[in-house]
Parts: sequence; C-alpha cells; structure tokens
Amino acid sequence: MALPGWKKVVAETGAMSAFAGRFFAEFWRPRYEFREFFRQCFYVGYQTLGLVAMTAFIIGLVITIQSRPTLVRFGAEAWLPGMVSVSLVREIVPVITALICAGKIGSSIGAELGSMRVTEQIDAMEVSGTNPFKFLVVTRMLATTLTIPILAMIADGVSLYGSYLGCNLHATVSWDLFWYHVFNSVWFTDFAPAFIKTYFFGFAIGLVGCYKGYFTTHGTEGVGRSANSAVVLSSLLIFIIDLIAVQITDLMGLN
Amino acid sequence: MPNATPDTRQTVLEISDLWKSFDSNHVLRGVGLQLHQGENLVVLGKSGSGKSVLIKLIIGLMEPDKGEIKVFGKNIPQLKQAELDEIRTRIGFLFQSNALYDSMTVRENLEFPLRRHRKKLTQVEVDSLIEEVLSNVGLAHTKDMMPSELSGGMKKRIALARTLILKPEIILYDEPTTGLDPVTSREISNLMLDIQKKYNTSSIIIAHDMSCVRITANRIITLVDGTCYAVGTWDELSHSSDPKVKQFFE
Ligand SMILES: Nc1ncnc2c1ncn2[C@@H]1O[C@H](COP(=O)(O)OP(=O)(O)OP(=O)(O)O)[C@@H](O)[C@H]1O
Ligand SMILES: [Mg+2]
Repeated sequence: MALPGWKKVVAETGAMSAFAGRFFAEFWRPRYEFREFFRQCFYVGYQTLGLVAMTAFIIGLVITIQSRPTLVRFGAEAWLPGMVSVSLVREIVPVITALICAGKIGSSIGAELGSMRVTEQIDAMEVSGTNPFKFLVVTRMLATTLTIPILAMIADGVSLYGSYLGCNLHATVSWDLFWYHVFNSVWFTDFAPAFIKTYFFGFAIGLVGCYKGYFTTHGTEGVGRSANSAVVLSSLLIFIIDLIAVQITDLMGLN
Repeated sequence: MPNATPDTRQTVLEISDLWKSFDSNHVLRGVGLQLHQGENLVVLGKSGSGKSVLIKLIIGLMEPDKGEIKVFGKNIPQLKQAELDEIRTRIGFLFQSNALYDSMTVRENLEFPLRRHRKKLTQVEVDSLIEEVLSNVGLAHTKDMMPSELSGGMKKRIALARTLILKPEIILYDEPTTGLDPVTSREISNLMLDIQKKYNTSSIIIAHDMSCVRITANRIITLVDGTCYAVGTWDELSHSSDPKVKQFFE
C-alpha cells in the first residue's frame, strides 16, 4: 500500500477525533450496557493475560541478565535490582503490554466490528431500535481503557519476579533484599506517570480498533484490512503517546 | 392465489416524491407509494434498481435527498433519534443477508430486541414468546444453536422470527425467498401469508421470485428507472401489454 497523502492523514485524524468525541458524548447518557461492558472486560483480560504475563516474565529476566555485566564492570552490581526495576516499571512493561494488546485486542475488535458492519449486523441492531455505537463501541472502548492498566500492573509484578530470578542466577539476592532495592528505587513519581500512561494506551487501542471496524467498507476483503490497519495504527499511536508522556514528565521534572 | 385488493383501508405508510442518489448514480427519482393497513405490497424491479435502498430509507438507515416518508403519520427523515427508535420497534425489517448476530445463539438473537424494548417481561414470558415465534417458523429445536450451524433456509427463518418477535405492525421484507429452493421458498411465502392473517400486519415485500410474489401479493408496484412505473394486482399486471411491465412476468 502506498503511503497515503497528507490530506488523507489529516482527514483520517479528523474523523477519528470526531469518533472519540462521539464516545465522550454518548457514554454519559443512558442506557448503560453494563452486561456487554463486563463481558468485554473479561474478554480483553482473558485473551491477553497469559501472553502478557509470559512476555513480561521473560523481559524481566532477560533485561536483568543482560544488564549485569555492565554494572559489574563499574562495581555497581548491587544496583542491579534498582536499575532494572525502574526501566521495567517506567517504560518497558507498559509499552510491551500495550503492544501485545494492540496486536490481540485491537485486531480482534477491528475484525469483529468490521464483519458485523459488512454483514449488516450493525444495521440490524440500529433497525431494532438499539444504538449500536453505545452497545458495541462505547463498551469496547471503555473495556480496553480500564482493563489494559490492570493488565500492565499485573505485568509489572510478573516482570519484577522475572528480574528477581535473574538476579539470583549469578549471585544470591534474598527476596526481602530484592524488594527493598526495588522500593528504594521505584518511587511513586516513577510509577504514577507510567500507570496513567497505560490508560491512554488502552483508550488508543479501543479507539482505533472500533473506528477501523465500525467504518469498514468493501465487504469481507475490507474486514482483513480493518483488522490489519487497526494493529498498525494503534501500535504507532502507542509510541506517539509514549513520546508525549515522556515530554510531559520531563517538563514536570519527574524524570 | 392473489387476494382481493383491500383499498378502502387506512394508510399506514405513505411515500411521496422520494429522491436518492449516490454521487452521479441517481437511484430513486421521485418515488411515491402507499401501503394500506393489512396489505402485502410487492415491489418488483431489476437488480440494482434501488429496491433495497427504498426500504432502507423507510427504516431510516439512509437519508433521502428529498421527499417524504410518512409512517404512522410521522415523517421519518425529520424524526429525532428517540422518536425514530420508538417507531422502529413497530416496524420489522428482514435483511436480504439475514444479518443474524454471529456471536449469539439463536435464542440470544431473539432475546436481543425483547430485552431492550419489553423490559417488564418476566423470564417466563420471554421464554414463551421465543417459543411462539420459533414454532411459527417451525424451528423450535434450534434454540441453542449458533447461526453458523444453520442452513441458508433456516437462517432466513430465524431472521424472520427475530423480525416478528416484537409483533411489528409493518414488516419490510428484502428478498425473503431469494436463493432458496422452490419448496422452502413456497413454505416461507406461505409463512408470510400466515403472519399477515394472524397479526394483521402490513408489509412491503421485495422479491424476484415470481412464485413468492404470486402467493403473497395483494398489490404490486414496479420500480423502473427510479420511479413507480405501474401499480396493480397480480392479474392486472401479469396481463399488461406494456413491455416494461411484461418483462417481470415472463
Ligand atoms: N451505500 C451505498 N453507497 C453507494 N451506492 C449504493 C449504496 N447502496 C446502494 N447503492 C447503489 O444503489 C443502487 C441500488 O442498490 P440496491 O441495493 O437498492 O439494489 P436492489 O434493487 O436492491 O438490487 P438487488 O435486487 O440486487 O438487491 C445500486 O446501483 C447500488 O450501486
Ligand atoms: Mg437488494
């Protein structure tokens, strides 16, 4: 696919902002689709928890093992838990979690809503007097926004456990000592911005998946295209949000 | 067998001077028609003549460029969302593609509109309504199946059951028998006739299949070049000498 012209990018950004605006306009108003919302939350968690946990564990372990030689050279091996935990909690785990969710959740939302669009199921919902935007889009966007931070928090814990095992491969660091180092290094000002960031990641994944799926055209071929572009675009957005977040924390003097 | 034309009855749906185009594709150019209480009105037209567009305009899935669509005396294009939703619960719409919800069982498909619009119903009442519509279409045993496990004809009937569950006063059928074998097609046509008699519904039926038209039609409208070209009963139109009308009956 050729790179879209700048006009197309601007138009798409505008349309997606309008879509996000519609989300905020509609989610206050009844009727509230609680059942579908909880179903979606469960679905997001269930689909990704295993994968997220496994990846987080491996990343924690690997980064710890790889950071050791450098610290040893500076005679700063004792800093290992502290240094690794800061980079895990602040940056690596939130971004990895979000990317995995973009791949799994973003594409499945894009494909599901896309196939509902092209087989007229969304029209059928509208015709039966149900607001499909509320039932399908608002519930999914809320579910990703609220569930992905929880996943990221679990992933933080798992990756630190991986790191703990990594520390114990070449030396002995007791469980208590490890956590003492971690909590000495990871302050609330490290954790909070990273945690808040994951809400934006979740929102972006839900927004892009729903937007791409909801406006799918060109039949079944379009469904694949929606799922695919949902992943690509939400991954890109995750990095852009990450970049903006680091600028903000920098300005606030939290880095 | 064609039924007698019920023309002295009340008009439930009236369309006047309806225009709709997609860019340079002028699909509807001044369509006008009336649907009377309790009648089956068949719309005939070539593929791509705008039949599906016509009924999507009626239910408010598309906006017309110009014209009035009065359902129960209210002009659809001017209604607010809440009013439109209220009227939509009184209109049944059978999609050409069935549009069953893939991720739900047959039962959940049928429950979906009920749970939203008949909130006071108890579980027992919901169950008995589901039983009723499913036995109407002769598929009581499929309750726990997924749409993907059903055959084409069964899907059509479940879609019909979902259309009927809110006991609509007007039903819009988009090609209810296309793609089905002659036997199933006749069964569905008879079913539509039964529904008309049982619930005194008024229907607009889009059809290609002449045996279905013959069984169900009280009145027929032919859609040619974006306008209602001829109106009449089966007997009147099938003996017409006008080539534009005759083509449908050959
Ligand atoms: N959403 C749309 N966007 C653009 N053009 C459309 C759209 N829907 C329908 N059309 C055009 O309107 C015309 C009529 O389409 P419609 O689906 O109403 O045909 P139809 O009479 O129902 O045909 P068929 O019998 O094959 O179902 C077609 O030329 C089609 O290309
Ligand atoms: Mg059609």
